[in-house]
Amino acid sequence: MVEEKERLPREVVAMRVAKELPDGGFVNLGIGIPTLVSNFIPDGSVVFYHSESGVLNCGPLAEEDEQDIDLINAGGQFLQMVPGMAFFSTVEGFAMIRGGHVDVTVLGAHQVSATGDLANWMLPERGVGNIGGAMDLAAGARQVIVAMEHTDRNDGPKVVQECSYPITGKGCVSLIVTDLAVMEPTPEGLVLKEVAPGWTVEEVQKLTGAALIVPPDLREYEL
Amino acid sequence: MLQGKLYGSPQAAVADIPDGSTILVAGYAGYGIAEGLLAALLELGSKDLTIIYRDGPYSDMGLGALPSIEKLVSSGRVTKLISPIPYSPGSGSDIEECWQAGQLEIEIVPQGILVERLRAGGAGIGGVFLPTAIGTRFESGRERRTFPQGEAVLELPLKADYALIKVAEVDTLGNSIYHGSGRNWAPVMAMAARITIAEAERIVEPGELDPEAIISPGIFVNRIVAAT
Repeated sequence: MVEEKERLPREVVAMRVAKELPDGGFVNLGIGIPTLVSNFIPDGSVVFYHSESGVLNCGPLAEEDEQDIDLINAGGQFLQMVPGMAFFSTVEGFAMIRGGHVDVTVLGAHQVSATGDLANWMLPERGVGNIGGAMDLAAGARQVIVAMEHTDRNDGPKVVQECSYPITGKGCVSLIVTDLAVMEPTPEGLVLKEVAPGWTVEEVQKLTGAALIVPPDLREYEL
Repeated sequence: MLQGKLYGSPQAAVADIPDGSTILVAGYAGYGIAEGLLAALLELGSKDLTIIYRDGPYSDMGLGALPSIEKLVSSGRVTKLISPIPYSPGSGSDIEECWQAGQLEIEIVPQGILVERLRAGGAGIGGVFLPTAIGTRFESGRERRTFPQGEAVLELPLKADYALIKVAEVDTLGNSIYHGSGRNWAPVMAMAARITIAEAERIVEPGELDPEAIISPGIFVNRIVAAT
C-alpha cells in the first residue's frame, strides 16, 4: 500500500477560488467549501454576497448572544447586521439569480463532467434529493465555479467524462477547483490548468474520470 | 357591515380549512413559520392536504424536516408535499418513512421554479417560460421553446386554497411588514392563495404603519391572528 499523499486543505481550495471573484461583483456561495471562500477575499477587494434567504450584502456571522431569527443566510446561520444590507423576498432573490445579476456562484458537487455538466442535488441510492436553489444558480449565474474534493469517500473520481447522477445543469461549470487541481471544462474536453504542489499530472489523471488535456502553460496551484 | 379580519385565536382562524385543501407554508430554514396556525391545523384534523413549503431547519447534520409539517405527515393528514427541500434523505424523518411506505407523494420543485409558478398563480399569468430545467429531469413532459435570448421550458401557475404566513407587523386591514430575512416566501404565497392567514408579532391600527413601507398590501391578507 502506497502511503497516502497529502492533498490541499479545504481552506487552500477556498483561497484559490477567492482569487477568481471579480472586485465589486455579486457572489452567491453554496454550502461546504464554498462557504469558506468569504474568508479569503484579497485585501483591497470588495465582494457583495447574495443569499437566497433574502439578504444582499451579507456580512460576518453573528455572535451567539446577538442572534436574530430574522437575519439568516442561505444555510440558516445567523448574520450580523451590517451597513448597506438589503432585504428582499424569494421572488426578487431568484430574479437576481435567473436574471443574470449574480456574477459568480461557487457550488459544491457530487460530480462534474468534462464538458461542465454539474450534478450536486441527488444521490439516487438515497431516494428523493434536495434541489433547493442550486438549479437556478447553475442556469442563471453568469459564472459557475465548483469547489470540492477531487474524489469521493471511496477515492472514486468526482470529475468524470459524463455524470451518472441526475444533473443540476448542463454545460454550466466554467471552472473546477479541487484539493488536487484546477480544471476548465471546454467543448473539446477537460483542460488541466494547475496542479497541487507535489503532485504529478499522471497522479492527478489516475484520480480523474475524464481525460485531462495538458496545455503547455500548465502551472503549479497559484495562490 | 365590514367583516373584520381579526381572529381571536389560531384555532378560529383555521377552523374552516376543509379536507383536500392545498396549503402554502411560508418560512426559510425553519424560521418565519406560522407555528401557531400549523399547531391549530394539526388540532383541527383536516386531512388529504397538499402542503407546499421550502424546507426545515438546518443543523450540523444537514437539512432537517420542518417539525410542524412532519407532525401533520406522521398523523396521516398529508397526501402530497411540494418542496425544493422536503427533508434530509437518510435522516430517519417521519416524512421519509411515510414516503417510503407509499403513504405520501413528494414533488421536488427547484426553488426558483416554485417561486415563479406561485407568482404566476398569484398574478393571473397563464404560464411562465423559464431556462432553469433545460437538459435536466425537471424538463420532462414540458414544452420547450426557443426565444431570442435562449431556450426555456413552460412552467404552469400554482395556486392554493390557503397560505399560512408569519408577519412582523400588520394593521387591522391586513397591510403587512416583515423583518429582515423573515420576508422570504410570505409575499408571493400571500398572493397565490385564495385565503391568506397572517400570524403577527404585532397588530396595530390603520395609520400606524408607513404606507411606503408596506410589503404585502392588505388585499392579499384575509385573516389576522396574534402570534403567541
